[in-house]
Amino acid sequence: MIEVRDLTKSFGAQLVLDSVGFKIENGESVAIIGRSGSGKSVLLKHLIGLLQPDTGEVLIDGENIVPMNERQLLHVRRKFGMLFQSAALFDSMTVAKNVAFGLRRHEHLTEAEIGRRVAGTLEMVDLPGTEDKQPAELSGGMRKRVGLARAIIYEPQIVLYDEPTTGLDPIVSDSIDQLILRVRDRLKVTTVVVTHDMRTARRIGQRVLMLHDKKIYASGTADEIFASQDPVVRQFIDGIADPKENLP
Amino acid sequence: MFSLSASKRVTAALAELGQITLLAREAAASLLKGRASWRDLLYQIYFIGVQSQSVVLVTGAFTGMVLAAQTYFQFHKVKMDTATLAVVGVSMCSELGPVLTALMVAGRVGAAMAAEIGTMRVTEQIDALRALATDPVDYLVVPRLVAAHVALPLLTVEVIVIGILGGYFVSVNLLDIEPTYLWANMLKYTHQSDLVIGLIKAFIYGGVIALIGCYKGMTCRLGAEGVGQATTEAVVYASITILIANFFLTLVMGKLVGML
Repeated sequence: MIEVRDLTKSFGAQLVLDSVGFKIENGESVAIIGRSGSGKSVLLKHLIGLLQPDTGEVLIDGENIVPMNERQLLHVRRKFGMLFQSAALFDSMTVAKNVAFGLRRHEHLTEAEIGRRVAGTLEMVDLPGTEDKQPAELSGGMRKRVGLARAIIYEPQIVLYDEPTTGLDPIVSDSIDQLILRVRDRLKVTTVVVTHDMRTARRIGQRVLMLHDKKIYASGTADEIFASQDPVVRQFIDGIADPKENLP
Repeated sequence: MFSLSASKRVTAALAELGQITLLAREAAASLLKGRASWRDLLYQIYFIGVQSQSVVLVTGAFTGMVLAAQTYFQFHKVKMDTATLAVVGVSMCSELGPVLTALMVAGRVGAAMAAEIGTMRVTEQIDALRALATDPVDYLVVPRLVAAHVALPLLTVEVIVIGILGGYFVSVNLLDIEPTYLWANMLKYTHQSDLVIGLIKAFIYGGVIALIGCYKGMTCRLGAEGVGQATTEAVVYASITILIANFFLTLVMGKLVGML
């Protein structure tokens, strides 16, 4: 379970998050929405200890990770997989080496076993046979898939997605959404998606949290949020969606 | 106004020095606990050592040659021609060998470290490492630091040898100095302690280059400009540190050798 209590974060004089708090149960899938620059990615990075809050607590399975040093955090992070906005593939390595990175570092497996796990995970993200490609040879959607394969190969309990569909065309975005759902259902992971893509939020988020004005402004099921008549929520949802497009 | 800005700069410089010291401590702890990978270490030794050879050998050879020529021009006036190579030997072993090797490696390798790690930081690859439960110090800093400590003394030995051979070649073939006395005097005046001092210096400079290069990469500002600045600073700071440290190391080790 993930629990955030009174989390406040500022960069210099700029306050980004102000007393943010929420809970995410095991196995739940939550979408965090909000305008660009509202601090969604900053919030996500706090969940895995990549950023330290000014005040507040982040509890992972009841354990507060805020006072932990980098070395202690490494153990907590083994529970997580994270897909970065830019995919953040290691550009000096092939796809296979990228995907196998976590396995090689933390598990003592034979090369044959690593190869088998890599092939299986690439199959799961619909990229079979791409082991020997370099990240530079991949399209944006393929990079995200490889990034996801790298994040899930060691079967984490929680998968964090930072803007998984940003910069992708609608068809590729749709396939990434389906992939996120497939990973959630097959691996039974807790899913946290940060996005400003309303379609992604609606499809993936069993629950949606809206970040606005440095706080969690609205929280509810996807249907509740999308049916909300609150002017701020409405403005955000209507402002991003194309009025001609009928959202599912 | 000036004093305020100067005091801020001094404070920032001291804070940075403290951060580099903490990085060194963290790297030492990681090394002692054996968290670094041998495969990465071997690659870094190849990158820092093997691939730097051509640059440092050319530098060493021509430095030895010009030193021999210049020494000969002065010594010839007082009929000390055969002492020419002794000057080259002592200089190359204790001063020029380690310093020139370190400066050339700082330019080539220190810059590459800062640029590579800085780019990784800008493109979230460092965050990705941490998210994959891997400490960037274990994975990025320790192999580079150990490899630089190993490679610099080896490169320095090569530079000393090629420098002395270059000086010998110029002395014998171009300046017509009698080779037997030339070589005998070099062996007579170049002591084992000169070589040891040079190797200790090279070992230290290896650490300076790697630590500053890695630190600048890991703390660079986001964006292309940040990476460029980190790269420049890595080379400039490492070079200045090497030159200043060289003075103090010469002084301290010279005194120590004198006492023995």
